[in-house]
Amino acid sequence: MRGIAFVWQFGEVVLAIALAPLFAGWIAQCRAWMQSRSAPPLTQQYRMLRKLFNKDAALAESASRLFRMAPYVLFATMVLAAAVIPSVVTDLPFARAADAIALIGLFATARVFQALAAMDIGTSFGTLGARREMMVGFLAEPAILMVFFNAFLLFGSTALTGIVDSYSTHPSVIDPSVIFAAIAFVMVMLAENARIPIDNPATHLELTMIHEAMVLEYSARHLALVEWASSLKLLNYACIGIALFLPWGIAIHGASVTAVLIGTAALMVKLAVCGAGLALIESLSAKLRIFRAPEFLAMAFLIAVLGLLVHLLLGANTSA
Amino acid sequence: MLRSHLSVEILKLLAAAMLLLSFAMLSTRRTQRLITLFAWQGAILFLSTILVAHDAGLTELYFSASLTLILKVFTLPLVLHLLIRRLGAQWDNERLVNIPVTMLVGLVLVIFAFGLAQPISMLATTIMRNTIGIALAVILLSFLMMITRRKAITQVIGFLAMENGLFFAATSATYGMPMVIELGIALDLLVAVFILGIFFFQIREQFDSLDLHHLESLRED
Amino acid sequence: MNFPWANLAISSISTHELLSVMVVVACWSLLAFACMLRLRSIRYVARFLFSLGALLSTAMFGIAIAYLTSGHGPEVMTLPLGLPDLPFHLRLDPLSAFFLMILGLAGAGISVFAAGYFRSGEGTAPGLLGLHYHVFLASMAMVMIADDAYLFMVAWETMALTSYFLVTSQHRIPEIRKAGFLYLLMAHVGAVCILLGFGVMQGGSWQFTFDAMRSASLAPFWATVAFTLALIGFGAKAGLVPMHVWLPEAHPAAPSPVSAMMSGLMLKTAVYGMLRITFDLLHVQFWQWGLAVTVLGLFSGLFGAIFAAVQTDMKRLLAYSSIENVGLIFTAIGLSILFAASHMPLFAALALAAALIHALNHSLFKSILFLATGSVLHATRQRSLGKLGGLIRFMPWVATLALIGTLAIAGLPPLNGFVSEWLLLQAFLFTPQLPHTFINMLIPLGAAALALTVALAAYVMVKFYGIIFLGKPREASLEQAHDANWLERIGLAWLAVGCVAIGVQPQWALHLAGKVTSMLVGQPVSPEPSMWRIAPISPAQASYSGSVFLAVILCVVAITFLGVRLLAHGRTRTTAPWDCGYPWQDARMQDTAEGFGQPIRHMFGAFFHIERDLPSPTDLVPRYRIHIEDRFWRGIYRPIASGVQRLADAISLLQGGRLAVYLLYSFITLLGLLVFVL
Repeated sequence: MRGIAFVWQFGEVVLAIALAPLFAGWIAQCRAWMQSRSAPPLTQQYRMLRKLFNKDAALAESASRLFRMAPYVLFATMVLAAAVIPSVVTDLPFARAADAIALIGLFATARVFQALAAMDIGTSFGTLGARREMMVGFLAEPAILMVFFNAFLLFGSTALTGIVDSYSTHPSVIDPSVIFAAIAFVMVMLAENARIPIDNPATHLELTMIHEAMVLEYSARHLALVEWASSLKLLNYACIGIALFLPWGIAIHGASVTAVLIGTAALMVKLAVCGAGLALIESLSAKLRIFRAPEFLAMAFLIAVLGLLVHLLLGANTSA
Repeated sequence: MLRSHLSVEILKLLAAAMLLLSFAMLSTRRTQRLITLFAWQGAILFLSTILVAHDAGLTELYFSASLTLILKVFTLPLVLHLLIRRLGAQWDNERLVNIPVTMLVGLVLVIFAFGLAQPISMLATTIMRNTIGIALAVILLSFLMMITRRKAITQVIGFLAMENGLFFAATSATYGMPMVIELGIALDLLVAVFILGIFFFQIREQFDSLDLHHLESLRED
Repeated sequence: MNFPWANLAISSISTHELLSVMVVVACWSLLAFACMLRLRSIRYVARFLFSLGALLSTAMFGIAIAYLTSGHGPEVMTLPLGLPDLPFHLRLDPLSAFFLMILGLAGAGISVFAAGYFRSGEGTAPGLLGLHYHVFLASMAMVMIADDAYLFMVAWETMALTSYFLVTSQHRIPEIRKAGFLYLLMAHVGAVCILLGFGVMQGGSWQFTFDAMRSASLAPFWATVAFTLALIGFGAKAGLVPMHVWLPEAHPAAPSPVSAMMSGLMLKTAVYGMLRITFDLLHVQFWQWGLAVTVLGLFSGLFGAIFAAVQTDMKRLLAYSSIENVGLIFTAIGLSILFAASHMPLFAALALAAALIHALNHSLFKSILFLATGSVLHATRQRSLGKLGGLIRFMPWVATLALIGTLAIAGLPPLNGFVSEWLLLQAFLFTPQLPHTFINMLIPLGAAALALTVALAAYVMVKFYGIIFLGKPREASLEQAHDANWLERIGLAWLAVGCVAIGVQPQWALHLAGKVTSMLVGQPVSPEPSMWRIAPISPAQASYSGSVFLAVILCVVAITFLGVRLLAHGRTRTTAPWDCGYPWQDARMQDTAEGFGQPIRHMFGAFFHIERDLPSPTDLVPRYRIHIEDRFWRGIYRPIASGVQRLADAISLLQGGRLAVYLLYSFITLLGLLVFVL
């Protein structure tokens, strides 16, 4: 199965890159439906990318090479993450290059490069965005680490492929620690991807921006790559959540072509549901003040730790 | 002892939800929401008692469960809602210590409770013995809530939540308490709430506010 | 693992590696005295002799690697030097060799940089600097190969003294003298504790060789006393909270290559001492030791990161970052002790490997950063972060190499900092399996504290790099900054290559650390070694491949770049920055160092003691000033200092100043002795 594994790997990466703008468009459409507005068509994101690629890049005079390289590095890290996460199959050669903790490190690399690029031009908004993004980042890391800790205690592995594989051999169980970990994961996903209630992706008020403030100076192809990388990051987080909490349908090790096709269809359905859920959460919440964000993330951390403790207490002696 | 693996799983879920609710009560900012959470805690208590009653086949637990439902899910929250609306204290609920520190202390208390409960749960014989740790944690967290808040109304709710935790512990360790004791406690609770309600009106008359630090001015210097 | 080219190199070095190490140490000492021949000549001392020292460091590195890969047992030697009954015992075993390897590797890069760094007319004569520098290197090597307490203390004291003279190179400035004094004081407090510790460990046999201490069986109480003394002594040298107060003063006061040496190498001798005493001499007896070390380590890590985030001086920021990294190393050591004392050698080996590799990584990336600040200091004469900025345009070499150092220290894959942090987090995953009841629930919270520290370190480093090298220059004089000279570039590049190599191929480092863990806890790491990835426990549980990371990222960057150029175009226009349409942009409108640290000040305010000067509406010249102080300084050290002062004042009452009184003292003592004897 070695040769065909590379085909699945390549296919999964291409699928992720192609789906990312569609996923973002779907979430925007769901939000619009829930807010009784009419939304742009689902392919609007693709059109925006094409428009941006065709424009001339307007760079500031003080931009350095770091600024020009950062969008490419961002895109590359997100593509690598897409290669590691098992969204359709678990038989991925590159998945052995990183476990969940290395994935956190990879997202951190992307965040640092983005923050450094934001500080490069030397405007006040860039440094503001960089500072806030790094703050949200360092608060979110303990929470997501505790989620993966939970997963390790439940499944004995931090490699996502290992988790999905062991899910298929265990009977499905409603474990309170899984539910707690899921709640914490959704909260961290909202924070890391700059969604309400941490950051409003559609805002125009610079003083409330976190993610948008970092990309103010980018234009044309650089902006296109940065936007693509952001939607790819959201897709990656959704796929991590699906692999951890809703893995039924992913083709496990040694699967046939039909299983892979079923996996792809299952992925589409699950992404549609996740997107709608995300839009629902966004429509129901208001954006928090910047210094309420630590409380939000502390809550996520707390729920993850509670899941851990409940597993240690209740899971340890399950027999009556 | 087990009727089904499913009921143990559901009980574990309910216990975890109870713990989560205690933390939510510890961290919420609005008094109105606090009372709603307390009502939900009562509802979970009711569900778990019904489940234990069904599994162990004890009919008196059904009576306890219905008492819980009437008292803790409907009557007491209704009374408290009317009280705070009359007192004008529905909204902001200030605290003495900020939220992240309270959460951390709460977490340490949970670990302490879980550590203590592990040898005890070996001795119990019910199907819910693992949840003694959670019951203990709920009691400690309610106590913490009483300590770290300013408004007088939260002391009452903390006291009631502690009683919730005790009831949960009793159900999980020994299949409930004798009926006499339960009825007695229920009556005590009702009377306490009424008396405290009157007391709050007096406090507000005297100090024009329900903030507890005003009571400190009653010292003898 | 078989590396054919390494076997060839090994066969050409004699099997007496200990002898070779002694030869290198002797050469360093000779070099030191050669520096005295022509005290003031920069070309002779710096360019020539320091470069020779760098070659000797590389030789030391080679010898250490040869010893580690050859798998020989410990080698001992007794030198006829020393006192009549206490000759110098020397011993080379995997633990010593690993730290000698760190010494050689980082020392080579720093020496090459120093060869190009020292300019004439700066404080002490270059010859004296060279003398102290090379004796410092030699004494650190002696600490690592000492096999008895006497030689250890002699080498330790030499290290302290020479580094004191190096720190106070610019002794005409009073702050630097004060910083040096504090450093010397704390070093000696630590040394006294270590000496007392050795005294306890000899366990009644009055033999001070390490062999005697290994076989001495101490009662649990005395073992714990010895361990505590060692922890205080080595912790004071390493900069563990609360004995850390000298670090933020001494490291900025020293010249940059010396700061790099102290941060990168001297702190590691303290780690070496801790490992030697706990694992080798005291045989890791109690898990409570591990708990204490883990808690101290986690607190130091968090403390260092939080304080680093609010600093405005670039070298002080790096000093606090060193405290944070030392905290991480001690956390790993504490976990290792916990696992070893609970009879779980596989996980103990994992945690110990994390500690060792982090020590190696820290020596590399912290040295790059300190050396880069040296270049910045030379080019701009500014130390304060509020007066730097935009240097990436004027100093491209330093900026690029410092970027590698920054990414490494922030713990980002695929560089080396991530490897040790990944291993440490993997070790934390197994703590719920510990048999102790409350501990197995509390320690997972330690993993969260660790993640918070690591992420804060990334925050701090973004601040460091962004404010110094990126953005607009905050002073007009920065436009005249010049890049580093070629010797400095070689030094920085040597260290940067080390960072990238260990990051991309961590298998080597893990294999060498495995030799040390085999010796200390009886278990190597990495059961199924592979060229592509590391998997410390088993590949099914977790694996990481630095080379795949780097390869994929580079490939995708290349493909995207070419793809965009081919399918679209690469046209660019240069304009003014957009900045949401604000027309008048000033370099002062960027974030300052205080501004970047404001979220940390807000969230972790309880850790600091902050004094604020706020402007009032009636001020003619409104000023906002913040002064942040360490609570330990005010809470512990100042009371102790004033207590000692009061005691000294009381005792000085004895010094009346009158001759008759002094003669009276001698007379009374004589009378007393006569009564006593007769």
